[in-house]
Amino acid sequence: MKAFTHVTGTAIPFLEDDVNTDQIAPVAGGARMSEDYAQTLFRHRRRGADGAEDPDFVFNKPQFRSGAMLVSGRNFGCGSSRESAVWTFLAIGVTCIIARSFADMYRENCLQNGILPITLSDAQADALEAAVVAADGAAPFTVDLERQEITGPNGLHMAFDISAADRTRLLEGLDDIGLTMKHKAEIEAFEKKMADMLPWSQRADASTL
Amino acid sequence: MGRSIFDKIWDAHVVCKRMDGRELLFIDRHITHELHAPHAFKKLKEAGRRVRRPDITFSALDHTPASTPGRTDTTNPEGKPFIDAVRAASAENNVRVFDLGDDDYGISHVVGPEIGMVLPGATHAVPDSHACTVGGLGALAFGCGTTELEHVLATQVMAMARPKRMRVNLVGRIGALASAKDVALKILAQIGVSGGRGHIIEFAGPVARALSIEGRLTLCNLTIEMGSRSGLVAPDDKTFEWLHGRRWAPKGAMWDRALDYWRTLPSDEDAVFEREVTVDCDGLQPQITWGTDPSQVIEVDGHAPDPAHLPTEQRAAVERALAYMGLQPGQPIAGLPVHRVFIGSCTNARLPDLQEAAAIVRGQHVAEGVFALVSAGSTRVKREAEAIGLDKVFRDAGFIWGESACSMCAGANGDGGKAGERILSTTNRNFENRQGRGVRTHLVGPALAAAAAVAGRIVDVPNAKAGAQ
Ligand code: SF4
Repeated sequence: MKAFTHVTGTAIPFLEDDVNTDQIAPVAGGARMSEDYAQTLFRHRRRGADGAEDPDFVFNKPQFRSGAMLVSGRNFGCGSSRESAVWTFLAIGVTCIIARSFADMYRENCLQNGILPITLSDAQADALEAAVVAADGAAPFTVDLERQEITGPNGLHMAFDISAADRTRLLEGLDDIGLTMKHKAEIEAFEKKMADMLPWSQRADASTL
Repeated sequence: MGRSIFDKIWDAHVVCKRMDGRELLFIDRHITHELHAPHAFKKLKEAGRRVRRPDITFSALDHTPASTPGRTDTTNPEGKPFIDAVRAASAENNVRVFDLGDDDYGISHVVGPEIGMVLPGATHAVPDSHACTVGGLGALAFGCGTTELEHVLATQVMAMARPKRMRVNLVGRIGALASAKDVALKILAQIGVSGGRGHIIEFAGPVARALSIEGRLTLCNLTIEMGSRSGLVAPDDKTFEWLHGRRWAPKGAMWDRALDYWRTLPSDEDAVFEREVTVDCDGLQPQITWGTDPSQVIEVDGHAPDPAHLPTEQRAAVERALAYMGLQPGQPIAGLPVHRVFIGSCTNARLPDLQEAAAIVRGQHVAEGVFALVSAGSTRVKREAEAIGLDKVFRDAGFIWGESACSMCAGANGDGGKAGERILSTTNRNFENRQGRGVRTHLVGPALAAAAAVAGRIVDVPNAKAGAQ
């Protein structure tokens, strides 16, 4: 996984609550094996029924067609487990999502892909949203994971919290499977123990035990 | 300090703490599916890894196949590459596929329980957010993303931070016309779509106890819509009876041994929950969503909200939902014309769901111009329904008796509606554009869906019958 240390660039304001994965990465109409994730991103909301782009939709504005970070509301990413809802953001360059809160699985999917999910308090979110809207893509913001701070135009400066474990994982770009495989012996011992204690748990067809 | 059922299952499955502080949770059963698995299998192969436990790993093909009667794997040509990729990767890794035409074909969350693969106190993973369905049997299940799926394939564990505990006490006695879906929608109306975030929910209380096992599966199915990654109902005699004799469930002395263990699972009297809410379900009536998130719920004789009567900060979202759904502020929901009805999905397509709908449809006919589709949750459910003549009831009434698949639930197989159409759907998500671009989805239980098919508009159940007489 790619490490995340810091990012500087455009902050895209998408100030809605409960933005769900069906909006971010629709599959309705039929899933396709090869997918252009940048095109998938908010596919239905970007275009009217006639196929024409809605010029007012934020991701269609010239300054927000790509960006470094996204700023959104509460419960961001609710809905499906589909990871395409994360890959779509990576496809337009977004590697940090700042929200008032995240859906659990979406946050996990971010971490799995080297995207930094930042949760802000309401007071901080109010201030950041105002600054991002005012900047309107014209001035860059910086998120620094090492220092755990967000900086921006007009002296904007705020600290954010993240668990030490998530921070390390992103900073070092740790390979999750590799990390777990260090515990191979423990997994094997666990399987043996369970085969003894709860034998049915180790056999899909437990009727033959 | 007492422990909850969640604590008991979690603790029994923790392998160890990883160096980054996460706990490695052993996954007893794992079902992948063709929409998300191809990518994970590919990455696995690229990294030179294999499926660690093919004996407890399975592949479902539920999202992309057509539901058209008599379909094959090419009826939806766009689905074929997904199916082929999973067949090939599963074969390479000795993983069994619940393939089309197989007796055990179906939606993963329906097949797991019905063949007795899901057991109380066990852990499950599926790369689909509705993995939580099987919590209805007292199992702890987690939906996971594609990268997590690859992790489970390679290691048979999930690396997680321990979630918090929440208990939803369901009190009272639901009305005769209401079912498990209505209970779930009622909870959503009360706690909202992020009410359970960060928590595992235990559904408890007399209503949870009174539900059938199929009802509990329906209830737990909607846990993810409450913001919780998983939810469960403690197993009881009803659970054990339901499981006894299922094909893969333990037998004989091993059954007795398992039973002794399962009886220790329910939460202790003094178990601690970080969050606890009570939902009064007394006299509960059939519920329906009016908006574009599953917590925007009213009774079928209720009215859409009027933003003018709401706090300022809620207005914009409600206005947007009303506009998308083609509703006026304060408009009654009953009477709205319906274009399509879908009875299916891992939420509401087990045998009792089909029976509930058939009871209303029997001897009636689908209203003119309404497209009505039934897609059983699995081939087994479909055959059981056919054995008692339900296919005939639905067909005679003008429903399409489709093949089992996820179908219109997410529309990954191309099933869905047209812009502006109103669909009454027994599924779990009414998000904008989920069932097709511009489609207006109302979530309901099987009875209201059937009633709407017959009436051609949203009606309560007694009126559907009266109207046709
Ligand atoms: S029926 Fe719907 S919710 Fe269930 S597994 Fe299929 S797509 Fe997911």
